[in-house]
Order: sequence, then structure tokens, then C-alpha cells
Amino acid sequence: MKVTFPHLGSLSLVLSGLFANLGLEVIPPPPISKRTIDLGVLHAPEFACLPLKINLGNFIEALELGADTIVMGGGTGPCRFGYYAQVQREILQDLGFKFQMIVLEPPQGQLSELVDKLMLLCGDKRPLQILQAVYTAWCKIKALDKLHREVLRHRAFEEEKGATTKAYEKGLSYLQQARTPAEVRAGLRKALALLTQAKQKEKKDALRVGLIGEVYMLLEPYANLQVEKLLGEMGVVVERSVYLSAWIKEHLILSSMRLPGGLATKRAAAKYIKYFVGGHGRETVGDMVRYARRGFDGVIHILPFTCTPEIVAQSILPVVSRQEGIPYLSLSLDEQSGEAGLITRLEAFLDLLQQRRRKSLSRAFKFATS
Amino acid sequence: MSFSVGIPRALLYYYYFPAWQAFFQTLGAEIVLSDETTKHILDQGVRAAVEETCLPVKLFLGHVANLCEKNVDFIFIPRVVSVERKKYLCPKFLGLPEIVRHCLPNLPEILTPEINWGQREGKTLAELKKLAARFCHEPGSFHRALQAALTAQKLYEAKLRQGLTPQEVLHNEKAPLPAGNIRVAVLGHAYNLNDSFLSLNLLKKLRALGAEVITAEMLPAQAIAKGVKSLVKESFWTFGHQLLGVGNYLLRENKIAGLVLVASFGCGPDSLICELIERFYKRQRNVPVLLLTLDEHTGEAGIITRLEAFVDMLYWRKAR
Repeated sequence: MKVTFPHLGSLSLVLSGLFANLGLEVIPPPPISKRTIDLGVLHAPEFACLPLKINLGNFIEALELGADTIVMGGGTGPCRFGYYAQVQREILQDLGFKFQMIVLEPPQGQLSELVDKLMLLCGDKRPLQILQAVYTAWCKIKALDKLHREVLRHRAFEEEKGATTKAYEKGLSYLQQARTPAEVRAGLRKALALLTQAKQKEKKDALRVGLIGEVYMLLEPYANLQVEKLLGEMGVVVERSVYLSAWIKEHLILSSMRLPGGLATKRAAAKYIKYFVGGHGRETVGDMVRYARRGFDGVIHILPFTCTPEIVAQSILPVVSRQEGIPYLSLSLDEQSGEAGLITRLEAFLDLLQQRRRKSLSRAFKFATS
Repeated sequence: MSFSVGIPRALLYYYYFPAWQAFFQTLGAEIVLSDETTKHILDQGVRAAVEETCLPVKLFLGHVANLCEKNVDFIFIPRVVSVERKKYLCPKFLGLPEIVRHCLPNLPEILTPEINWGQREGKTLAELKKLAARFCHEPGSFHRALQAALTAQKLYEAKLRQGLTPQEVLHNEKAPLPAGNIRVAVLGHAYNLNDSFLSLNLLKKLRALGAEVITAEMLPAQAIAKGVKSLVKESFWTFGHQLLGVGNYLLRENKIAGLVLVASFGCGPDSLICELIERFYKRQRNVPVLLLTLDEHTGEAGIITRLEAFVDMLYWRKAR
């Protein structure tokens, strides 16, 4: 069995390690490239969202390298993601590939459904070994998230452009090699040390921008045209609203015990939307409210073109923006989006944020001197 | 107390209007429908919505705006989450009241009971009861209204099974003669197909070309169940499930000469469901498929040309 999976940010480091620890042969898809997207666009339905197309490209490239088992996430609706695997399977079959697809669905009520499917992958491993492998993967996810948060905080103040990104990539390779929780911890320490070694400018007055929107688009830098890096190198402190560890906690662990998660976000959204609208729509609204209340200068909303739950959120954001007093930029991205256009829009948005700051400062000054 | 409830002539109107009408009339309400779709109504919706919203939701906003001009006391926009177990409606129906509230100014009060039949039957009934209690204090009025609604809905669905389209039943039009030399299935959401403005009278045009038209509503639930048997995993959208089931059933039972798939631009569920249906048909290689995508720029001439060419081809195949 040669296992592969779709890319999602740095998830491939985690899954490669997990499957290797389970004694499986892993063939990770090649890093997402222009070819990946072209392949996905060629064979996927035209109006499917970008994540489906990139996933499909990943699968095709991995199958070409000899993979024969695809591990994919599923869902119970109403977001389209839950039905991706079904469509992708048919497309790949029509293309003549021979493979099996294991679709991990979030448990509806019982965690055991998920465990059964995982057992398919685990074969003859003992429960203790499996538990150890899963625990290591979990530690790695948390370490990756921690490292990423620090990177976003550091990048805005880097002295030499690109130094933070370089340190981040080095740090990722430390974590990739880690096979046990102890090694993960040591790797994280080393990576964080590397990050703080990079020279920093004086920290003052940077704009603060929150990233909100659809999960895949936020987590996968290739899909969002590296918006975090672009913003960071323009001197903006960025905070991302979604992290894999928090997402897993809420959607896999808490929901399987029928416990609600993400309460603070839901409470913040309640004034505008009280109900689940599929996908991440309600959270998007809640995250925007929370960034506004924390005094952020602005938020950037990222969604894949035609994403239904996010369009519901998009209809509400103008009202949130007016009532909470926070500007936002909504970016609907697909395979046609280009970096140059994005940079222009980001620069214009940041100019606007700077102006607002100056205005409110001068108003405060007038008030103090009158 | 007399009061008027406005119902937009769009989206779920085509699925559940008879039930809603019976429910509110039993409670003593006057029902006010928005006007039939015009360019002006659609434009109103297009202006109010964020640009990426799908066509039927834009049109819905236009109809709500139209109702506002009619000075109704309430507008009924239920939050329909699910109508059966383990299935949802499209996310846009889940957030429809919010979309309306945040896109249109100066609305009358909106009635938005949550209909979540698949997961919370008790809560759904409680919400409807609360709604009924606001308007009619007579004991037992809620149950009478609910019964009337269910009966009306059953009657409506029975009529659809006889081969009438929702438009024909709701507008009391005469059924067409069952003439037609070739059978063509038209699969798409009822709110697109039955709005004569959106669909540019697609169904009537096909009939005029001599085709006998079948739509998803005309088939019984057993047909859908038969159709989805071969799927690894059923769709979790009620309408997607219906389309997939009917599409597969008609293909397997060899019931039709051609299939017209109608999707609206940017429809999330349709992007996947239509893809699957198209693939299943292509594999069999004996029933041609025409895929029409509707948006606010769709021109009548283009649709007519494509339909004529498609029907011509079906005749040609039949003669051969």
C-alpha cells in the first residue's frame, strides 16, 4: 500500500510522519505548482471551488508517482467539501487510474466510525503503537501552529527581507525529521531559536490585520497567493483566525463528544448571525467582530470563488464593518488570480488603513489640545 | 385581527407554497404574493446582493423588495435547514434570512421559523407553534393549520406526479397534451425551471419543439431511491440527491432520448452534482446531454439555438 493525501499548508509534514510511523509507504504529492493547478482545472468541474481543483491535481501527480491509496477527508454537509472525494474518485477513475480511496468522515456521534476507517490503514500495528503515532502527529500539529504564529509576529519587523521566511523553512525541516514527541519539542525549540536570531527592527506602530475566511484558502499559502508573506513583508503584523489544531479540536474531538466548540467566536457572531450556515460562514463573521473588538486596523476575508457559505458571510460583512468600525477587503480567489493584482489591492487597502490611523490620531490630538 | 403575509415568488415557493398558503390562511392571514418575475425585479435583486451570490438568490432578493412596495405586514422567509434525515438544503437556504436582512433596507417584520425536520423535529414544531400563537389564539388552531398545510402539500405533490410542472399547478394552467415524439428529461432546481423569466420558458419551448418533458418532481420517491443505489455515498443535499437519483434512474431504465441539465452560474451543489450526472451519462454513451448554465446575462436567442440543435439531433438519432 502506497499512501498519498492532499496538501494543506504544512499538513504534509504531519501526515508523512504519521503514516511512516504506522509502517506505511508514503508518496506525498509533489509540492503544489502551476502544473498541479492546471491538471486540476483541466479535469475538475468548471464551477467547483479552487480547493477541489488543487486536491485533484495533487492526487493526479501522486498517482503518477506510483501511489495506490488516497486518504481524503469527508464531511456530512452542507459544505461542498464533504462531497469532494466522491466526485474526485469518479474523475480519477475516468482518467484510468487504479487506486483505492479511504475517506475519513468526521464521526456523526461516535468516534468509533473514524477509528474503524483508520484501522484499515493501521493493519497489524498494535493499539499502543497507533496511539503513539497519533499522539506524535498531534504534537507536531501543535508545534507547527505555534511556530507559524511566531513567524507572523516576527516577519513584520524583519531587518532583511525574507530572513523570517528562510528561518521558517529551516524550522519546518527540523519538525519534519522529528519522529517522537520529544523530538518534536526539541525541533520546535531549535526552530524558535532560529527565528529570534534573525535581526529585528524596532517594534512600533505596525498595522495589525486579521485574516478571516474559508479554512483551506487560509491554510494553503499557494492558494492564497502567500498573502501572509506579502503583508508581513509590507510591515504588517498579521494574525490568522484559523489553525489546524484548533480546527481538529472543535470539529473532530469536541463534536464527536457532542460538545460545542468555538463558543467565543459564535457569541461574537450572534448579533449578526445566530445560525450555522455550513462550512465556516458563521465563524468568518464572528472572527471579524473579534478582530474589531481587539482594535485591529482591518481584516482581509479570503474565500474560494463560488464558495456558498462564505458568500452568505460576505453578504453580512458590510454591515459588520459599518457597525463595528473596521475596514475589510474581501478576496475571492480562483485559478485565474494573479499576484500583481493582489499586491495592488493590498497596497491600496493598507494605504486606507494608514490614513484612518492618522485621522484618528489627529482627532485625538485636537481633542487633547483644545 | 386581519394581517397580510407576503411570500416571495421565488426559491422554495415552487416546492412548498401550497403548504404555506394553507397554514397562514387557516390562521386568518391574507396571502400576498410578489409579482411574477420581470427584468425590473431581477435588477432590484442584483443591485442588493453581493456580486457572487447565485442567480436564484439574487432574484429572491428582488421579490422581497417587490413585496416591500406592497406594504405587507410580514414577509415569510423560513430558515429551511433540512426536510429529511441526514440531508441539508444548500447553505444559502440556511442563511437566507440573514442575507435578506443585511442586503435590503426598510423591511417589514420577517417571519423566520427554523425548519429543521431532519435533526430537530420537536424544535421545528415548537417554532411553528409559537408562530401560530402570535396570530391566532383559538385553542387548537395550530394543529388545524398544520394539518391543512400537510394536506395541501400532499395534494400538490400528487398533482406533480401526474406530469404537471410546479408552474402549471401553482398558476392553475392546463396540462399540456401528452403528445410528443421524443422524451426529454430536464433536470435542475424547480425554482430555476419554473420561473419563466429565469429559464426563458425553457419547458414550454421544448414542448413546442415536440418533446415530451419530464422533470424530477414527476417521479416518485422510489425512483430516486433506485437511482442512488449505485452511489458510494449519497449526496447530503436534498435537491442534489433528487437530481442524482432521477438522473441515474432515467438512464438505467432507458426512459429518455435526451437530457437537459440546467444549472445556475456559481451554484455550489450543482457544480458537483451535474458533473457526476454528466459523467454517468457519458460512460453509457447512449443518451446525449445538454448542459445549460443560467445567469443574469443569459440571452434568449442563444438558448433557443442550442435547444433546437439538441432536439434536431435527437430526432436524427431516432430516425437512424
